[in-house]
Amino acid sequence: MSDQSEALASAKAAADRLVKAKRLNACLTPVRELRKALVTQAQAAHPSGVLYGMPVAVKDNICTLEFTTTCGSKILEAYRSPYEATAVAKLKAAGALIAGKTNCDEFAMGSSTEHSAYGRTLHPFDKTRVPGGSSGGSAALVAAGAVPAALGSETGGSVRQPASLCGVVGIKPTYGRVSRWGLVAFGSSLDQIGVLGRSVHDAARVLAVISGRDPKDSTCEDRDPLRLPNVPESLQGFVIGIPKEYFPADLDPAVRRGCDRAVRLFKELGAAVREVALPHTAYAVPTYYILAPAEASSNLARYDGARYGPRFDGTADVRALYRTTRGEGFGAEVRRRILLGTYVLSSGYYDAYYRKAQQMRALIAQDFRNAFDRGVDLLFTPTTPSPAFKAGEKLNDPVAMYLSDIFTVTANLAGLPAISIPIGRIKGLPIGGQFIGQAFLEDEMLEAAYALERVVPATEEA
Amino acid sequence: MAGTATPEWETVIGLETHVQLRTVSKMFCGCSAAFGAPPNTNVCPVCLGLPGALPMPNGLALQLAVRAALALGCTVHPRSVLARKNYFYPDLPKGYQISQFEQPLSTEGSLSYLSPDRGIALATIQRLHVEEDAGKSLHDRFPKQTAIDLNRCGVPLIEIVTGPDFRSPQEARAYLLTLKQVLEYAGASDCDMEKGSLRVDANVSVRRVGEAVLGTKTEVKNINSFAYVEKALTVERDRQIALLEAGGKVEQQTLLYDAKTNGVRPQRAKEESHDYRYFPDPDLPPLVLGEEFIAEQQALLPELPAKKRERFVEKYQLSVTDAAVLTADRTVADYYEAVVHAGSGADAKVAANWVMTEVLADAKAHGDGLRVPAGALANLIGLVRGGTLSHQAAKRVFGEVADHGGEPRNVAEALGLIQVGDTGVVTGWVSDVLGAHPAEVARYKSGETKLLQFFLGQVMKLSRGKADPKLAQRVLEERLAA
Repeated sequence: MSDQSEALASAKAAADRLVKAKRLNACLTPVRELRKALVTQAQAAHPSGVLYGMPVAVKDNICTLEFTTTCGSKILEAYRSPYEATAVAKLKAAGALIAGKTNCDEFAMGSSTEHSAYGRTLHPFDKTRVPGGSSGGSAALVAAGAVPAALGSETGGSVRQPASLCGVVGIKPTYGRVSRWGLVAFGSSLDQIGVLGRSVHDAARVLAVISGRDPKDSTCEDRDPLRLPNVPESLQGFVIGIPKEYFPADLDPAVRRGCDRAVRLFKELGAAVREVALPHTAYAVPTYYILAPAEASSNLARYDGARYGPRFDGTADVRALYRTTRGEGFGAEVRRRILLGTYVLSSGYYDAYYRKAQQMRALIAQDFRNAFDRGVDLLFTPTTPSPAFKAGEKLNDPVAMYLSDIFTVTANLAGLPAISIPIGRIKGLPIGGQFIGQAFLEDEMLEAAYALERVVPATEEA
Repeated sequence: MAGTATPEWETVIGLETHVQLRTVSKMFCGCSAAFGAPPNTNVCPVCLGLPGALPMPNGLALQLAVRAALALGCTVHPRSVLARKNYFYPDLPKGYQISQFEQPLSTEGSLSYLSPDRGIALATIQRLHVEEDAGKSLHDRFPKQTAIDLNRCGVPLIEIVTGPDFRSPQEARAYLLTLKQVLEYAGASDCDMEKGSLRVDANVSVRRVGEAVLGTKTEVKNINSFAYVEKALTVERDRQIALLEAGGKVEQQTLLYDAKTNGVRPQRAKEESHDYRYFPDPDLPPLVLGEEFIAEQQALLPELPAKKRERFVEKYQLSVTDAAVLTADRTVADYYEAVVHAGSGADAKVAANWVMTEVLADAKAHGDGLRVPAGALANLIGLVRGGTLSHQAAKRVFGEVADHGGEPRNVAEALGLIQVGDTGVVTGWVSDVLGAHPAEVARYKSGETKLLQFFLGQVMKLSRGKADPKLAQRVLEERLAA
């Protein structure tokens, strides 16, 4: 069968490229195991699938039968899931090859992939810098050309931010567009599997495959899979809103220049551009850092050493088992967020923090609805306030690290789809621009991204 | 009065009852909810709380919970929220239990029950909410080790919380028995305490009679059978009264009842004072129940015990006590009505006696349900009324039909129990009896008429029970009067 040999060739080539990218520490799967698994999958792949033979790497917080699922944590060292995520099952059913598990910040908590128990991932353009995070391994592998696409996950920008920093495309779908079954939970009301790709099309066609209803996830909308739009000739008829809160006075001037250039291109493509206000934007990061840790503190309670994962001593009594397993099994950032989350849910603090944050979340979502109600189709913003930063630069300053998600957390809080695409370089380092779309209107968002991608000088200095 | 230990003290009890819903599968996954499977065999990624697994609500569990709420007169809320109750325990694999906190499924119901102290009393139902069960820690299976069985984990429960409405342990028990009856009727649960499908926690306090404020309460947990409800609450009430009379103070705490010693002991401090950090479960959208859905569940509710009792008194002219016995169990009540309605028009009162004595005794002895079909019992009653069978003979036929089946008339014939109603034959037996007892005949004739029963007995004995007793009595009276 010629088709089967095509998949085999693709598998072998992917394995070779992944070996070459080994220095990035982006892929956690050992090379030998990876090569073998790729070949086995290629032999079993469905030749009629729309992704037949396409290697897709998967972030290590998404359950696979093929490889371990550690979430970048010591507490799940060597953990093998007895079932696979719906997104992974759909990829395989479409003929894709699962090309190993990618490094990430522990339990997806971080913006640099430095908070991994398995070492940091290097930026493919500059090894002294971070690839962003938490899906930094997926972004680095795509940027290095090892795979055409990879799954990541988002809670506050963990696909778009590394995509922006590595110069690739990153899509975060509408909350409820892709099943979370098998995505290890961090902040369940914010979590969504996303896709990183070499191009809008590579990312979009993977997204189309993994989207759609799933009877195993009651937060997944009962909708047909996403249908890919055609690449539009122009953006005639589109109204693109520019939220002023995303262009503060102290924004990196190069980032601003890059965005301005993109806006000029929209106009040339025929779109109308309009300034809009999203007045509650300033509260997004604090809101996020109450809600996400609150949910995380509960979601991560199950890692106690009693049933799976390593135990770190303390077998004498169960409290000691919990204390040592969780104390030693989790890294510092995860412990910090569990403490934060436990605090804001505690009786006496719940109303002041958690309940307030929920109210603020509703106001942030309302900001977006107001803008869309006034005839705006899409919003355009920078994805990140700066290009890739140096490793270690923000490691001891959590707030500075948290602020690198300042332009991305809003889409998660509002449950909206968003995409980051490369729009230029700053001293050789990529920066991304972001479209935020209306709920379940990914097709419109993708049309605009296709159009911009065709004309934007993504590899030129901004 | 049964309820108070001493006349100066009043007992105040509120109950939190956990009831397992009668579903095939668990609350949030497809695993079997059946009792008694080998440890850790009814489990999957969801109820094991494996990384990445998500809950999916069981539709039948929600239907049954709503039916239970409606049966208890609760307001079912169109929108309620599933919340996480967070705490660490080895038999709680997710580190939280999915339950309800703010915005429960239903609130503000009531249940009327028969208090042994006060007659008809009303218990207020403050709330009824849905939740999942935890697993089971087995401390006595392996020496010095705790084993965990997660089969129960995720089994659907409702929690029913009453106000501080009970004034004695006996009242609390009477309420529980009524609650069990109603939930069984509603088909919501089998309420089998031995299988853990009904569990009770109680809040207990005492105060001096006439005092307006409630005393400091304790929570008594681990009451695992109906037999222990009264005992556990009595022990705790007496402990509190003794403590206060000695000048001490009741400490607010959680106590575990130990059936072996019939005592209570404080739960270890470490297991206590939880801050459960409740918050809405982000994995589960709010439960939105349409008016139509709620009306449908209401329509599916059968006539409930109190209503049925009233109707039985009215329609079948039964005493309240008899009606209560017949309606205690829905199957028995339905059976009784089937007997009454089975064509031959069995007398309602006679049928009630049959059901309350022979039928219930047989069910109790054999634990095998109601073994004689309602139609057969109706026919049997008809045979007695028509004079074909004596009551004694009919009881034998009943036993025979229960054990081996068959039509009562055929069975009676086969056993030779059909009554002889032929005057000639009966007169022959009467002559033989009177001839054999001249002394008694003389005494009768001199006024000792109560000897009639003796002669009748002799006739029955001679006929081996086959003589129609009414006919025999008439013939005897005629002959003795001659």
